[in-house]
Amino acid sequence: MIFKTLLGAAALTLALGATAAQAEKLVIGTEGAYPPFNFIQTDGKIAGFDVEIGEELCKRIGAECTVVAQDWDGIIPGLLAKKYDMIVASMFITEERKKQVDFTNPYYKAAMAMVVPKDSALKEFTNETLKGKAVGAQSGTTQAEYLQKSFPDADIRLYPTQDEVNLDLASGRLDAQAGDILPLLDWVSKSQDGACCEIRGEPITDPAFVGAGVGIAVRKEDTALRDRLNKAIDEIRADGTYKTINDKYFPIDVYTMK
Amino acid sequence: MHPIEVLGTYWQQFLTGAGITVALTGLSAILAAVIAPLLALVRVAGNRWAQWPLRLYISFMRGTPLLAQLFLVYYGAGQFRPTLEAWGLWSFFRDPFNCALLVFAVNSTAYQTEILRGGIQGVPPGEVEAARAVGMTRVQTLRRVVFPHAYRIAWPALGNEIILLMKASAIASVVTVFDIMGRTRQVFAKTFDFSAYLWAALLYLALTAIFIALWRLAEARLSRHIDARERGVGTEAVTRGAGA
Amino acid sequence: MTDLFAFGDTGWGDEILHGLLVTIELALVTLPVGLALGFLVAFAALSQNRALRTLGNGYTTVMRGIPEILTLFVVYNGLGMGLNAALSRLAPDAAPIDLSPFLAGVIALALVFAAFSAEVIRGAFNALDPGQVEAGRAIGMTPGKILRRIKLPQVWRFALPGLGNLWINMLKDTALVSVIALNDLMRMTKVAVGVTKQPFTFYLFACLLYWAMCVLSEQVLAQMERRANRGVRRV
Repeated sequence: MIFKTLLGAAALTLALGATAAQAEKLVIGTEGAYPPFNFIQTDGKIAGFDVEIGEELCKRIGAECTVVAQDWDGIIPGLLAKKYDMIVASMFITEERKKQVDFTNPYYKAAMAMVVPKDSALKEFTNETLKGKAVGAQSGTTQAEYLQKSFPDADIRLYPTQDEVNLDLASGRLDAQAGDILPLLDWVSKSQDGACCEIRGEPITDPAFVGAGVGIAVRKEDTALRDRLNKAIDEIRADGTYKTINDKYFPIDVYTMK
Repeated sequence: MHPIEVLGTYWQQFLTGAGITVALTGLSAILAAVIAPLLALVRVAGNRWAQWPLRLYISFMRGTPLLAQLFLVYYGAGQFRPTLEAWGLWSFFRDPFNCALLVFAVNSTAYQTEILRGGIQGVPPGEVEAARAVGMTRVQTLRRVVFPHAYRIAWPALGNEIILLMKASAIASVVTVFDIMGRTRQVFAKTFDFSAYLWAALLYLALTAIFIALWRLAEARLSRHIDARERGVGTEAVTRGAGA
Repeated sequence: MTDLFAFGDTGWGDEILHGLLVTIELALVTLPVGLALGFLVAFAALSQNRALRTLGNGYTTVMRGIPEILTLFVVYNGLGMGLNAALSRLAPDAAPIDLSPFLAGVIALALVFAAFSAEVIRGAFNALDPGQVEAGRAIGMTPGKILRRIKLPQVWRFALPGLGNLWINMLKDTALVSVIALNDLMRMTKVAVGVTKQPFTFYLFACLLYWAMCVLSEQVLAQMERRANRGVRRV
C-alpha cells in the first residue's frame, strides 16, 4: 500500500532523523503511471526504472529519499510548490521546461514514436494523411506538443495518463498515438493489450521536441543539488550500477540507445 | 505572463471550449427533458413493478460520482468493443463527446424526473377533479392541467439542475473533450500560468449568469397569466450531486 | 474474477479498500471544516453590516457558479505556488508550505461545501418564527441564551435535510480529488484499471462502493431527521 508505505517511510525517517540528524531528506516526485519507468505495483509500491535510478542517486549523494506520485499535469507546479525536491519521471529536457526548472545532464536518451493498430492503413505520418484522424497523446508532454505543431488538422486527443492513451488505442478509439519510444516498445512487445498495435515509421528524434534526452528536474535555485546529481549520474555510469538497473528493464543501453 | 496577455493569446481556445460546454450541457439537458416527464408519471402513478427498477436507477445515478459513471461508460465501452461493433453501436461510443453526452443525459434524467415528480405531486387535486368534471380525458388533463402547473412549480429547480449540470460537465475534460475545462488545462500545461484558471472561472460564471437571465424570462412567460403574488411558489429544490 | 479483488500482493482488494478509507477520511475531515466556514459565511450574509453582507453573498454566488474540479485545480496548483511565492518573499529561510493532495482536497471541498451550506443555514435562520425569539426575550433570556436554546436547535432541524444532501454531494465530489493524485477510491480504481485493463469491472465496483456509502448516509440522515423532529407536533 502506498498509503501505508508512505506512513511507514515517514515514521522511519523520523526515527532515523532522531539518531542521525545529518542525513539529508529529499522527496522524489514521479508519476506512477508510466511503465516500465514508473508505475504502481499490485502491492501498491511505486517501482520502475526511474524510481530505481532516483533511489540509487539519492544513496550516492548521501540523502534519504521518499518517492511520491504526482499527476503529470501538475508535476512541475508541484516541484515549484516544494512538494518534492526533484522530478525523476522520464521528463524530456526541453527549452519550454527550462524556463521553469533546471535539469541535470540526461540520464537516458530518448526518442518518440508513432504507434498504430496492426491493421492500420497509415503508412506515413503527415498532416494530410492524419487529417481528421483521432491521434492521442498524454497531455502536457512533448508528444502532445509535437502532435499539435506537426498535425494541426488531426483530431488530437489529450489524456491525463499514458495508460489511458494505450487503453484507447487498444480499444480502437484512436487511429494512432505519439509517445515516448521506450515505454511503447515495452507495451507493444510485452503486454497483452499492446499486442493490438505496433510502432510504425522512424523514431522521432527532432531535438526541438525531444531535447537533449531525459533529465532530472530540480528547482532553479537548487544548483548545488543539480551538480551533486550530475556527479552521481557519472558515478553510476562508471561503476556499472547503471547497467545493472538498465538490464533489468531493457534489452539495450538506454543511456546511449545502442 | 500578464493575465490579459494569457487571454490575448488563448482567447480563441477559451471560446471554442465554451461552445463545446454549451453544446454538451444543452443537448444533455434537452434529451433528459424529453424522457423525464414520462418517467415522472411512472413515479407518481406507475405500479409497483414499474416503480422498483425506476427507483433503483434514480438511486444509482444520485448515489455515485458522475466521474465514475463517465469512466464506466467511456473506458468500459472499450472493453466491450466487439459486442458493440456487432450491434453497430461502436461508432457512437468511439467518440468521447457522445459518451459524455450519453452519461450526462442519463444522469440528468434521473434528477429531472425527481424534480418533476415533486411538481406533479404539488398540483392541487382539486384542479384534476375539476378537469375531470368538465369532461377532459386523462391525456387532456395531463396536457392542459397537470403538466403546465407541474412545470411552473418545478421551473426554478429545473433551472438549478441545468446550472449544476453545466458545472458538472467540466469533468468531460478527463476523457479528452475540449470543453472550457479541457482548454484551460491545456493552456495551463503550456504556460503554468494561474490566470488560465481565473479566466475559466469567469467564463463559467458568465455562462451561468446568461442562463439565469434567460430562464427567468421563460419563467415570466410561463406564469404570465398568474397574479404576481402567486408566483415564486415552488417546491423545495432537489439538489443534485453537483460534481462528479 | 475474484482474484482481481483478492487481498495481498496478487489482487487489488486491499488497495481499493485503502482507497475507500482515504475517501471516507477525506469526507469526514472536510465536513466540520466546511460546516464551520458555512456558518461564518451565513452569518456574514445575514449581518447588519452591508460590506459583510456583500462579501457573504458574493462568496456564495461565485463559489456556486464555478465547477468543483476547477476549484480543486486552483487550490492545488495555484494556492501552493502562491503561498510559497509569498512566503519566500516574507521569510526566505522559512520551511516551504507543503500542500499535500489530501490537504488541497480538504480545502477545496470545504470551500465548496461552505458556499452551499451557507445558503441552507441562511434559509434555516430565516425560517425561524420571530414570535419565539420575542417570547424568549420577554421572559428575560440573554441573546446568547436565545441563540443556544431557541435558535440553534430549530436551525438544526430546518437545515438538516439540506445539509444531508450536501454531505452526499461532497462524498461524491471526493472522487474529483483522484485527478490531483490523492490515492482515494477513484484513483486506486484507476491504477487497477491501468494494470488489469478491465475498466468496466473495476469502475462498476467503485460505483457500487460509492453507492453503498450514499445509501448508508441516507439511512443515517433519515434517523437523524426523525430525532431532530421528535419535539415537533404533527399537524
